[in-house]
Amino acid sequence: MDFKDYYETLGLERTATQDEVKRAYRKLARKLHPDVNKEPGAEDKFKEAGEAYEVLKDPEKRTAYDQLGANWQAGQDFQAPPDWNEGFEFSGGGYTEANEADFSDFFETLFGRARAAGASRQSSHSFHAHGQDHYAKITIDVRDAYEGATRTISLQAPEVDKAGHVTLKTRSLRVSIPKGITEGKHIRLAGQGTPGIGQGRPGDLYLEIAFHDNGQFTAEGRDIYLDLPIAPWEAAMGGKVKAPTPTGVVELKIPQNAHAGQKLRLKGRGIPGKPAGNLYAVLQITVPPAKTDDDRKLYEQMAQQMKFDPRAKLGV
Amino acid sequence: MAKRTAKVVSGEIVEVVSLAELCRSCGVRAEWVVELVEEGILEPEGTAPARWRFSAISITRARTAWHLQRDLGVNKAGIAVALNLMDEREALHHLVRRLKHLSSG
Repeated sequence: MDFKDYYETLGLERTATQDEVKRAYRKLARKLHPDVNKEPGAEDKFKEAGEAYEVLKDPEKRTAYDQLGANWQAGQDFQAPPDWNEGFEFSGGGYTEANEADFSDFFETLFGRARAAGASRQSSHSFHAHGQDHYAKITIDVRDAYEGATRTISLQAPEVDKAGHVTLKTRSLRVSIPKGITEGKHIRLAGQGTPGIGQGRPGDLYLEIAFHDNGQFTAEGRDIYLDLPIAPWEAAMGGKVKAPTPTGVVELKIPQNAHAGQKLRLKGRGIPGKPAGNLYAVLQITVPPAKTDDDRKLYEQMAQQMKFDPRAKLGV
Repeated sequence: MAKRTAKVVSGEIVEVVSLAELCRSCGVRAEWVVELVEEGILEPEGTAPARWRFSAISITRARTAWHLQRDLGVNKAGIAVALNLMDEREALHHLVRRLKHLSSG
């Protein structure tokens, strides 16, 4: 097990005052909170900061931790001395705000877990003996929304046994995702949350849907947007081009003198529903590079013949 | 554990939720949700709390609001500002992603 330097985690000297500890944690928490910071790794850092604060904000735990000595380095292999916490009772310190299931083995070795306390605190928010509802996020492909799909998901959730102990259990579930789902919508799986207590019915599981960023289609509600590159001559003269859609390739008719950013609507080709969404192909004019002398001559000819000034409106 | 994967569970798409369902899904008290409504953070349809119907997006908003209060000690007014800014940032991220695809394509 690695030693954790809680002072380093919060960017503090060992001599920091309680006020400084609080300020340092608040600052880090605001920056790293998973609802605020979407960077990968932010959530882990947020949990580490929470663990460090849990110890350093509590004078009892902090004193005990300090007694381990300043010679330990973060990451160093660590074993707690047998009598390290003699004379300390971590009774009133409390596990007030953080979710102790997120804490490290290092923390657990030193301070144990307030399992029963944590469990009763969580259930105080729910109704009577109903099991708690759970929530998870699931990322699917846009195509899955067109056809419906079956996905296997892994869920980690704390489970309370008869003796009141909480453990993190992993379970997998095969979920059928209904056709016509859109981003941000929730799927409810009745009875898949925490089991009820006594006669109480089990909680439900809510899955929030997000789409993979596949670089091709973006969704807004049931409408799907596709950026479709076309050549300058296709834009000028119009004509038929092939375009991918989540349900297969279609032929699209480009109007004459089409311009960049123009949206071509394919009615009802968005995500199915009542009403079904539309698919919008947003035209993107791609200019072929002049690679050879012949290419260059062609461009020169165009420049002479077309008398085209793209900056006419700018008055230069 | 692996045995449970055999069964396929089908779900229903949540369109609207009642006050009780919203509270259960987020693990929060009804009084607290009422305060969010009073602050204009959630906007249910219907006149009285018993008849309130929340759009499904409220589940995400209420959960985020609860995290902000529990983890960071943000008050109701602060939650309202933070959620608005998060929505705005999400929209901008969306746009930036699209523009990046365009310029790299």
